[in-house]
This record gives sequence, C-alpha cells and structure tokens, in this order.
Amino acid sequence: MTTARGISGGSRAAFWTVFAIPAVWMLAFFVVPLSIIWAYSFGRTLGLTEVVVTGTPDNYARVFDPVYLYIFAKSLVFAGATTAICLIIGFPYALVMTFASTRAKILLLLAIMLPFWTNLLVRTYALMAVMRTEGWVNEAFGVIGLGPFEMLHTNFAVVTGLVYVHLPFIVLPLFSTLDRLDRSLIEASLDLGAGHLRTIFQVVIPVVWPGILSAVLLCFIPALGSYLTPDLLGGPDSQMIASVIERQFKRANDWPFGAALSFMLMYLTLAAMAWRALAERRAAVRDQR
Amino acid sequence: MRLFARKRGEAGPLDYAGRWSLRSWVAVVLVFQYLPLASLVLFSFNNSKRTIRWEGFTFDWYGRLASDDALIGAFANSLTIAAISTVFSVLLGTMAAIALWRFRFPGKGVFDSVITLPIVVPEICMGVAMLVFFGTVAPWPRDLVWPLDLGAITIAHITFSFPFVTVVVRARLASFNREMEEAARDLGASELRAMRDVLLPHLRPALIAGALLAFASSLDDFVITFFTAGPNTVTFPVKIYSMVRFSVTPEVNAASTVLMAITIALTLVGMKMQGTDIASTESP
Repeated sequence: MTTARGISGGSRAAFWTVFAIPAVWMLAFFVVPLSIIWAYSFGRTLGLTEVVVTGTPDNYARVFDPVYLYIFAKSLVFAGATTAICLIIGFPYALVMTFASTRAKILLLLAIMLPFWTNLLVRTYALMAVMRTEGWVNEAFGVIGLGPFEMLHTNFAVVTGLVYVHLPFIVLPLFSTLDRLDRSLIEASLDLGAGHLRTIFQVVIPVVWPGILSAVLLCFIPALGSYLTPDLLGGPDSQMIASVIERQFKRANDWPFGAALSFMLMYLTLAAMAWRALAERRAAVRDQR
Repeated sequence: MRLFARKRGEAGPLDYAGRWSLRSWVAVVLVFQYLPLASLVLFSFNNSKRTIRWEGFTFDWYGRLASDDALIGAFANSLTIAAISTVFSVLLGTMAAIALWRFRFPGKGVFDSVITLPIVVPEICMGVAMLVFFGTVAPWPRDLVWPLDLGAITIAHITFSFPFVTVVVRARLASFNREMEEAARDLGASELRAMRDVLLPHLRPALIAGALLAFASSLDDFVITFFTAGPNTVTFPVKIYSMVRFSVTPEVNAASTVLMAITIALTLVGMKMQGTDIASTESP
C-alpha cells in the first residue's frame, strides 16, 4: 500500500490527517462491498443467503443464456434509442444555448437543470400520471377523436421516460463542448457559401465530435443501468438488466447470478468510461498540435 | 431561414438563438420537460380525488399528509439521514480533495479513481453491494433505537455523497493562492493551523455548495436506499415509491411536490453560493 516515503507536498502528519479517514472509509464501505459482489459472482448458493465462492464461471455462462442475452440486448437497445433521441432533441437546444445572450443562457441552463435536480421518482411518477389511459395525453387525443391509447406499461413508455429523465445528461455536456467551439469556423463556412444545415453537419459536428461522443456516453451509461423507469413505466416485457438484478437479490435469491449480472453491467460501464477517457486524451493531444 | 437571421441585425448569421425554428424547438423541449411536473403540482391542490379535472383549490391533501404518521416518520428518517450524511460527506469530501490537490503520493491515481467511482457506478450495483455487505459481512444490529437503526442507510449515503463534495471542493482549491498559506507559515503558523485559518475560509463557498449537494442527493436517493433499508427503516422516497406502485392519487402528488420543492430550493441556494463564489474570485 501507500508508503510514507514517496509523499511530497507537505508534512507526513498533514498528509495522513487528510488522507487516512476518506481512504479507510472508501475501502471499508465501497471497495469491500463491491469486492464481495465480485467474489460472489464466482460462487454458488448454499441455502438462503449463504454463498460459497468456488471460482466457478457458471454464473457468467448463464448470462449468455438466450433469456438473459435477450434482456441485455433489449437494455442496450433501450439505452441506445434513448441516447439517440436525446441527442436529436438536445443538440438544437444546446446550440441555441451556445448562441444566446448571457442572460438567456443562464435561464436556459436553469430551465434544463431544474428537472435534473428534481427527484427521479417524482419525475417518473409525473410521467405516469400524464401517460395513463385517463391522463392528459389521452384527454388531448380524445378531443380530436382519437384514442384512448394504452401507453403506460409499454416499451414506448419506458423509452419516453428514459428520454425525459436523461435529456439534461446530454444537453449539459453538449453545451459545454459547443461553447468552446471557435465561431470563426462557422463564419468561414457561411462566407464560403455553405448553408446553415450544411455548416452544422459538415463543420460543427465534425469539430465537436469528441464532445458529442462524451455526451453520448454520459447519457448512455446511466440509461443502461436504469431501474426505476422500466419498473414503474414498463410492462412485463420491458425489463432491463437492473430489474433482473433486483429479482436475483430480492425474490429469486440467487445472489451469485445477480452478482454476475451486476458485474456485467459494471464491466460495460467501465468499458464505456475507459473509451471516453481515451477519446478525450486523443482530442487533447490533437488540440495541442 | 436566412431572412430571419438577417433581420435581427448585428448578431447576423450566427444568431441561432434568434431563429424561430430553433426557438420553437426549445419551447417544445421545455413543454415536454415541464408539463408533467406542472400538472403534478397543480393536481396536488385539486379539490377532487380524481387527478384529471380541476375542481377547485384545496390544501386538504397536504393536511392529509401531515396526519399520516407513517409518512411523517419516513420524512423524519430522511431528514435525519440527510443531515448526518451531509456532515460526514463534507468532512470526508474535503479531506480527500485536499489530499488529492496538495500531496503527491504513491497510489494517488488509484485513490483518485476509487473516489470518483461512486459517481459513475450504476446505482443498482451499489445498491446490491450494500445489501450484501450489510446483510452478511457487517450486519447492522437490528432493533436499535431511532436514529441508530438508520446507520446502514446513512453509511451508504455518505459513501455516494462525499465524492460529489470532493469534486466541488477540488474545483475551488484550484483557485487558491498558495502564497497566502506560505505567508501564514512564515508568520509562524503550523501547517495544520495554516490549513484551518487560511485554506478553510477560502473553501467556505465550496463547502456550503458541497453540503447542499450532499443533502439533496441523500434526500433524493431511492435505488440505493431501497436495497439497504430494512422493513422498519423507510425513507421518504421509499415510502412514496410504495404509494406510487399502488396508484396515482392526489396525496402522492402532494408528497412529491413537497420533496420536489425541498430539493429545488436547496440546489438553487447551492448554485447561488457557487455563483457568488465565481464572482468573488474574478474581481480581486
């Protein structure tokens, strides 16, 4: 572990004063619990809550069972669709924010942040109330003689809910990347006769591409691990990975398999993070040139 | 389209914010984001059991919340957990931020990643890890007196909240002038004394912002709490969840509105703090 020899920047006493407690806390209440889950993913159940770690890869093999593979694929599709829709909806919003006056910028920022700070459960519930058969949306359809449509407890509701919840996740990083864009590039493109749409697709998007990738991941990762949204808005066919994990730990009581599923989700998340870090480093290197 | 941009004069072709097409896009996005929430708040004041037609204004549903002992108990639990978690998060988060900013030490990269990990790890993974940890390895004693029975949840909350404090404090530390601290040292202050009397006052806005963030995130959390909580330790969001599963009722609307109001108020204050903080560093 950490040896005192290599510490620099201040006295040892000062270092240990600020370092020891957070380090021990993280070790005890974060690293250890996650390690246990990781170890359990190589074990099998003995009785109700007893697990013996045998080193078996069986649990991971079971993840590749068509039933679970299907749920993984569906979760990836849901999260992917959510991210794509968020990007399409969020990009123009971020563009307006970038070119707005300082005052409007703050208001637009606040407008997208407020829902972001609102409790996830509350937001999901708000959508439930709106999308019910007797909710607002169906009322509105009723006025023009359509419906009512069964929207709640469908895959459509899940994706709508995921988009609703994750939109700020994509708008904020998109804005921060567009805000740093060199505007003379756009001016040059317009001066040379390109239209606005062409400028956006052929100049703006290629230049801010690393930022877009980063924003996409910041939306995709939490969407992939969503538990509450599919649970409340979805039907029996809308389960995502998190719902299956929950069932293994709470009702099915198959902790080792649940642990393996959790770690599959962790591996996907970490891979996405690593990819993002790599892309950012590459972009930084390119900027320096 | 160009025509509209030109009309606005000075800003010219780059005035994307002035285009009606983009403006209406923004309007639609905001309606999509706010309409469900507005309808939720509105119908918490509706004088009818049904939550679709407006029947007149009433505070009845809030009155009912106040007389619901289980809900009030859950609310008290949530506030207690959030308060304790905030104190610990600010302490641990600040320590970690100073350690990372000030010192070079072996394993710094690992420490840095581990501290940031709770922010990115899927909530469900952290939830089940806490479930297993407190279920088998370190079982939290049952039947403790309130608020000690909330220990397991509080520990989980501190673990996911303090990295946020670290991020905020670290950002503030970047603007600290080390010469100030050196001056204090030259004038005879010990290293710890210099930290306390020179560094901490500089960090104050970040500490307040971090505290509010920690408080709001603790009050808000559902997933991790849901897995860590025992049958007798219900928090406000967990209670709302059990009500939501049941049906859409004005009581749930009222309870949700309360929760929403608290988090938004806290975060706005936190943001204002950080705003003034930025302003004060820019004009020396």
